Amino acid sequence: MDLPTSDIHKQAVESFDTSSLLTNAARQRDARNYAAFPIVDVDCHHYENESISEIVKYIDDPVLKQMGMLYTSGGTGGQTPFNPGLVGYQDIAGRVTRYPLRKTETTPADDKHRDVHLSLRWMDAMGVDYVCLFPTPMLSLGLHPQAEVEAGLAKAYNRWLLENITAKEDRIKTMLYVPFSDPEAAYETVQEFGDHPDVIGFMIVSVRYHAVHSNPYMKTYALMEEIGKPLGFHSNYNWNDRLVGNSNRFLVTHALGFTVYNAVHICNWVVNGLPERFPKLKTVWIESGLAWIPWVMQRLDNDYKMRWSEAPSLKGLPSDYMREMYYTSQPMEMPDRKEILQMTFDMIKADTQLLWASDYPHWDMDVPSVIYDLPFLDENEKRRILGGNAIELFDLDVSSRFPNYKAA
Amino acid sequence: MAREILVGKASDFKEGDKKIVPHGKNSEIGVYLVHGNWYAYANLCPHQGGPACEGLLMAKVEEVIAEDKTYQGMRFNHDEMHIVCPWHGWEFDIADGQAVADRKWSLRKFDVELRGEDVYVLA
Repeated sequence: MDLPTSDIHKQAVESFDTSSLLTNAARQRDARNYAAFPIVDVDCHHYENESISEIVKYIDDPVLKQMGMLYTSGGTGGQTPFNPGLVGYQDIAGRVTRYPLRKTETTPADDKHRDVHLSLRWMDAMGVDYVCLFPTPMLSLGLHPQAEVEAGLAKAYNRWLLENITAKEDRIKTMLYVPFSDPEAAYETVQEFGDHPDVIGFMIVSVRYHAVHSNPYMKTYALMEEIGKPLGFHSNYNWNDRLVGNSNRFLVTHALGFTVYNAVHICNWVVNGLPERFPKLKTVWIESGLAWIPWVMQRLDNDYKMRWSEAPSLKGLPSDYMREMYYTSQPMEMPDRKEILQMTFDMIKADTQLLWASDYPHWDMDVPSVIYDLPFLDENEKRRILGGNAIELFDLDVSSRFPNYKAA
Repeated sequence: MAREILVGKASDFKEGDKKIVPHGKNSEIGVYLVHGNWYAYANLCPHQGGPACEGLLMAKVEEVIAEDKTYQGMRFNHDEMHIVCPWHGWEFDIADGQAVADRKWSLRKFDVELRGEDVYVLA
C-alpha cells in the first residue's frame, strides 16, 4: 500500500511485520541478555475494536446485543453505539507507521487468536516474558453517557478476553475491566471474575467524572481487598474535556490528559483516607509517566499541613501513602539531567514500587532498555523494575519461562 | 580506513528514494537521494533505538503566521526534508541528521561517494 506523506513523497510499503519493525529491539534484547531474568510488561494493549463482532456476541442484554450485532455487521453510517467518540491521532498523521500498516500484517489461521499472535511477536522481539493486556478504544468507555453500555460491554469483553485470549496463552494476563460508571455492575464484575487465575488485578479507566471516594464503591474496594489482587487506574487523554482538552494540539491534550486524570483520582484516594480504610488493597497508577508524582506529592503535603482537618483519617503525610503505591513507568520522561529522574525514582521508592510497562503497540511505547540503560540503577534494581516488582505485586507464576525463579 | 559498501546504481534512485543496506551483522545504513544530494545515516534512532531509516520521509511542517501575528494554518516546506523514526515519530533533518526537536541528538552520518554509476557508502 502507499502511505501518503507530504505531497511529493509517497512511501510504498510491500508488507508489514511486527517482528521486522522491532529488529532493533531484538538486538537490544540479545546484547543485554534479557533471557537471564524475567521481564513483565504491566501495561500493553490490543485493539479489541478489531474483534468487536466476536465480543458483542457475549453481551447479555438482548437489546444492547441486537444493537451491537447491527453495528458490527456493517453499521448505520459514521456512528457507533459503543465508543463515545474521541477525537485524536496518536499515530502523528501516519508517522508512527504501525498504526496505518497494522491491518496489512498477516497472522497464521490456526486456533490462536490474531491478537495472541501479534502480542507474542512484539513480546518475543523485546524479550518480554509476561504481559498484562488492556483494550484500546474501551479506555474511553468511562465517558459513555449510558452507564449500562459500559457495564454490558465490559462484561462481554471480560468474558471474551478470558475465553479467547488469556486462556490460549499462558504469557498473557489481564487486570479486569471494571465498569465504574455503574457501582453495582462494578461490584458484580469483581464478584464474577475476581478469582479467575488469568485476572491478576482490577482496572478502572481513569478518564471519567466519577469520584473514587463515593460511598457506592466501598463494597467493591472491600471485595477487591478480600480477593487480594491490586487495583489499577489506567489513564488516557480526552480532547473533549473542557480543561485538559483546551488545546489545538494533540501534544498538549496528551501530555496533560494522561497525567491529570490520575492526579485527581490519586488525590481523592489519599485525602479521603482510602489507604486507611483498605490497608491491604494495593493501587497501581498506570500510563501517566513519572514526573507528575513528585508534583502531586509536594502539593498535597504542603496543603495537608495547613488543612489537616480536611484529611483527618491520614496518619502520615500524603506522600507517605503515595510512596506505598505502585506506578508503571511508561511513558517515562527522559530529562537531559539524569539526576531529575534519579530523584523521582528515590521519591517513589522505585526499587520496590516501579513497574516497567511498554504500552506497545501505542505510539509512545517504551522498550525495556529505557530502564536497563539507566546509569544510576544497579543490576538488581533493573531486574526488579523490569519484572521482579510485578511478579511480587501480582503473585505471578513465572514457572513456564523461569522454573527456578527466586525473587531478588 | 573506511569500509566501502556498494549501495547500487545511481540510476536506480529517483528523487526521494532510499535504500537500506546491511552494515555488518547487526546494523544497517539508510541511503537517500533528496534534492539531488546523497545522504547516508545509521538505521538507529538515538531515542530508543528504533529503525529510523525505515520510517517515512516527510517535509518540514511550518506554521503560517501573518504579519499581524495571527495564525493562518500549516504548510509543508519541501526544502527541508525529515527522516521520521517509525517507532515514536522523532524527526531528523536529512541535511545533517540532527533531531529537529532537539539538535544535540542526531543520527550517525556516513559519507556517500559516487564512482561512475556506482553509489558507495564509506562506513
